This record gives sequence, structure tokens and C-alpha cells, in this order.
Amino acid sequence: MADADKKPIVQLNGISKFYKSQTSFFKASTETVTALKDVTLEIPKGEIFGLVGQSGSGKTTMGRLVVKLEDPDEGRILLEGQEINRLKGRALKKFRMKVQMIFQDPYQSLNPHLSIADTIQEPLSIHGIATRQGRRMKVIKSLESVGLSPALDFMNRYPHQLSGGQRQRVAIARAMVLKPEFVVADEPTSMLDATIAIQLFRLILDIRNRFGVTFLFITHNLAAARFLCDRIAVIHHGEIVETGTAEKVIKDPQHDYTRKLISAQPSFTYGGANNSEIGAPEPR
Amino acid sequence: MTLLSVENVCVSYRTKNGVLNAVDDISFGLDEGRSLGFVGESGCGKTTIGMALMGLLPENGSITQGRIIYGGRDLVQLSAEAMRTVRWNEIAMIFQAAMNALNPVHRVHEQIREAILAHHPDTLQADLQQRVEMLFDLVEIPRERMQDYPHQFSGGMKQRAIIAMALACDPKMVIADEPTTALDVIVQDQILQGIKTIQNRMNISVIFISHDIAVVADVCHDIAVMFAGQIVEFGSREEVFETPIHPYTRLLLSSYLTLDGERPEPIAFAAKTPNLITPPSGCRFYEQCPKATQACENDPPEYREISSTHRALCKVVD
Repeated sequence: MADADKKPIVQLNGISKFYKSQTSFFKASTETVTALKDVTLEIPKGEIFGLVGQSGSGKTTMGRLVVKLEDPDEGRILLEGQEINRLKGRALKKFRMKVQMIFQDPYQSLNPHLSIADTIQEPLSIHGIATRQGRRMKVIKSLESVGLSPALDFMNRYPHQLSGGQRQRVAIARAMVLKPEFVVADEPTSMLDATIAIQLFRLILDIRNRFGVTFLFITHNLAAARFLCDRIAVIHHGEIVETGTAEKVIKDPQHDYTRKLISAQPSFTYGGANNSEIGAPEPR
Repeated sequence: MTLLSVENVCVSYRTKNGVLNAVDDISFGLDEGRSLGFVGESGCGKTTIGMALMGLLPENGSITQGRIIYGGRDLVQLSAEAMRTVRWNEIAMIFQAAMNALNPVHRVHEQIREAILAHHPDTLQADLQQRVEMLFDLVEIPRERMQDYPHQFSGGMKQRAIIAMALACDPKMVIADEPTTALDVIVQDQILQGIKTIQNRMNISVIFISHDIAVVADVCHDIAVMFAGQIVEFGSREEVFETPIHPYTRLLLSSYLTLDGERPEPIAFAAKTPNLITPPSGCRFYEQCPKATQACENDPPEYREISSTHRALCKVVD
């Protein structure tokens, strides 16, 4: 699992990001908000790395910086040892094939005018991959691999005809179709029911196990991070306050804020019959 | 003392594909000062129940059967006028995502005043002011924030304002539909503790609707587990969590992620809601139930009493 000698795929060194916000409608004065403050972090290759924080902690900003939707104000970000800050042209395009993102809201992240097939093949045609027929085959494979089977059933549907969980599977398929090495998933299940969320987590685990894709899983839910992640970093007010393996951070938290998060998590004791007795039907 | 008694209520929606049976034969009671949680996944009918109790079903929805007895009257039979006097004064509601529905161009305190005036138009200004101040204190929003606009409030504060609005006319019962969804875990915890405190202090009954089992476990004395428009299990919090009987309840509980104990291996399952326009004649959970027998497919299950307070809609499990 978490090997200290594992090479990092993504490194953040001294990353800071500031936003200026206008303080009133009429005055020109602005106020600077520090979204990230001197963040240094390494994400080992092949791991599912959790970034846990609450609203305003800077976690979404960090995700956006790593996929280069925005650039940092200070510091460097490295992908496989190479700085990404000044990537341009062909090198930037290559970067975009290696790093993908899955967003939180399945009701907004898919273009409602595109069929599922078109949504998934879009990255392929943008990067000029394969012929039309070849792309179609890749789309079919991609749908099957995220559990939307039989693929032909889903190809011609539109997002509004799918449930939230199915839409997120499409988002995952779209992210995976370019065979990326690193995927940022920003709260991919916050808008889904708990049971659907677990299925998606299992899908992510499956993708990591089969293809060695590294994931940055951004969430406010510590319990979800514990289930899914090898390692966790806790972020608070733009700073990383604690990192470690998931088990260690939760069993033996070092920072006050981590302890606060743990104690605020709602829980219950479940005395029901154990899982093996219940058995489980095939997931859909 | 029983405050609310719901008897065999059915709610349907007229859709272009036919009549959808969203809530089927629901019965439950709620005592003064107690809290009841409705838990289930999207589409199980829990929000519909809340709306039905408030008389706020949409144009195409209607209560087709049953009685809702409150204060000696059947709310189903009340005229719109009469229901208006019950609404907010007796039974108030915190709607889903209400904090996003605050009017952005009105100050927060004005919106709470509006809630009071809508039901008590003759309230004097001085009394109004006092009441709003009292409500802000109750939900722990500093008085100096009363003049703020909603965008100046944090998510947690907005939700507190919504709670204050629900309490504005001193109701005996509040229905809270997903009141902490979209709030961070620390803020959620504060809001939940706040609701518990207010409930105890004012002896208000609460119906809590949520897809989050742990939240309901924290706040509610009793739990109703819903699936496909039916209450599949009903009991005290202890009974439902410690000795869950219905297979759906067990699967739901086991798939919930918590921080407790050893790293869990939750079961991945997807309870697909059956077609509620043409619901199955037998058990609605039959297709996905690991305990189903042949008898379950065609014969609808009946409630089995596990104790005087605990029942499950299942003929198989003990």
C-alpha cells in the first residue's frame, strides 16, 4: 500500500494562491483572500490520496491548480518531476491527456446537448485519437468498464435520462478514455446517496488496481476518505495541518483540527447481523 | 401524549406516464416532544410525506387515502383556509435547500418578520422586533447580524435563520427536510445539537427527513426506514440500529461509512426503486432482496410486530 520509497507522481512545493474580492458594490477597494498558503505535498504514484477539508479550506482550489485550470501565485507543481507552471502548446496538450478531473455535480458537469457517446468521445476527437470507428469502439469499452452495460443501451441517451450515479459513471468514463495517469476527483459523490457512493468508490478502486491510475480524492467526508484512500491530508484555512496513512490520521490524529473533524462526524453503532450472513445481490 | 396520528395515507402524483404511487399506506404516530426520523434514498417518498403533512403537495399530487389527525381534526379534510391556520402556527417546515431560497434583496430579519406577519398580520411593531430578537438568540445568531443580507451569512448561519423562520410562530411541530445536507460536518454537528437543544427547551416535536442515517441516529428517538413509498421498518433508534430486521434496513446500515471500529467492508448494492406507476404486486424489495422467497414475489408483505414499538414489513426475516 503506502510505501515510503514510492515515487511521487505529483508534487506541490510552496504553493500559494490568492484571490482578490471586491468588498462592496460601489467601491473599488478589494480584499485579498488567501486560498492556499505555502502548501507542500507529495502524492505517491498509484495511490488514492485523500484531501479532506471543509468549505473554504482551499481543497477545491488545490484540485484546480493540479489540473491546471488555474495557476498558482507562488511555488511549483511537478508532474513526474516536470514543472507544469509554464507548459504551453504541444507539451500542455500532452499534460492534459495525462491529468483529468471528475467534478462534484453530475447534473451540471455533462453537456445536456451531447449524447453519452458524444460526451465520451469528445476528448478523443479533441486530441485527434483514432478514426471515428475506432473512437466508437473506445467509447463502448469505456462504458462497459464503468459498469454502464450493455454500452449500446447508453450510447444514444442524453444526461437527463440518466440517474445521478449513472451520470457520474459517464463522467468517470470520459475522464478515463484518454488513459490518464492522474485523476482529480472533487467531491464526486457528495450529491449521491450513500449506497451509490460506495459503488463509485469501488469503481475508483477497481480502476486504480487495474490500471495503476493515481487519484486525488477531494472530500469533506472523513469517513469516505478513510474507506477509499491510502493516505490522507487534512486541509484547514489553506494550510495542510496533518498527513499520514488513512488509518493513522483517524486512529491517532496529531492536530487539533483533525480531532475536531473526527468528533464532529455523525456516527452510530450498528449491531445488526454481520455482512457475510446478509450476502449481497449483484450491484447494478 | 399523541400529537400527530397518520393513518393509512397514500399519496399519488399524476404524471404523463400514468399515476405514480409515491407513498403507499403509511401509518405512524408522533408524541409531544419526540422526534421521528424518516430515512431512505432518493425517490423513497420521504419528502412527499413531509409535503403531504403540510398540505403543500404540488398541483399534480394528492392524498388519495387515509387520515392525518392533528389537534382532533383530519388535516386531509381541511379547506385551504383552515389548513393555512395550521401551517406555520402549529406545524412548520424547513424545506430542502431552503437556505438557498432566502430572498437575496431583503435583510434576513425582514424575512423572519414576514413569516410572522403572514400568519399574524396584526402584530405590533414592538412585539415583532422583540420576537425576532428572541428567535435570533434561540438559534444563536448574534443580534448585530440581524441587519445583514443573506449573502453575508455563512451556510450554517443561513440555515439557522431558516430554523428561526420555522419557529417564528411558535409551532408544536417542525418538519425538517434534509436540514444539514450541503453543510460541512462541523457546522452540521452544531446545527444538529442546536436542533436538539431547541427541541428539548420548547418541547417541540420534530419530523426529520434525511438520506443520512447517522444524522437521523443522532437526533431522533424513533426511526422510519422508507423504500419505494413504504415504511419498511419502524422502531426506536435503539431497536432499528441494534436489531434491524428488514433486509433493506440491514443493507442500508451496512453500507454506511463511519469512522468507528475496524476499517469496514461495506456491501455495494443498489436498491433500484421499482416502477411506482405499476408497482409489483408482491414485495417491492423482492428484486434485490437477498432473503427473498418465492412467496415474496406475489404476496404483499404485512407488518410483523417485533415488539410493541418495533415493526418490519417483511414475512421472511426474524
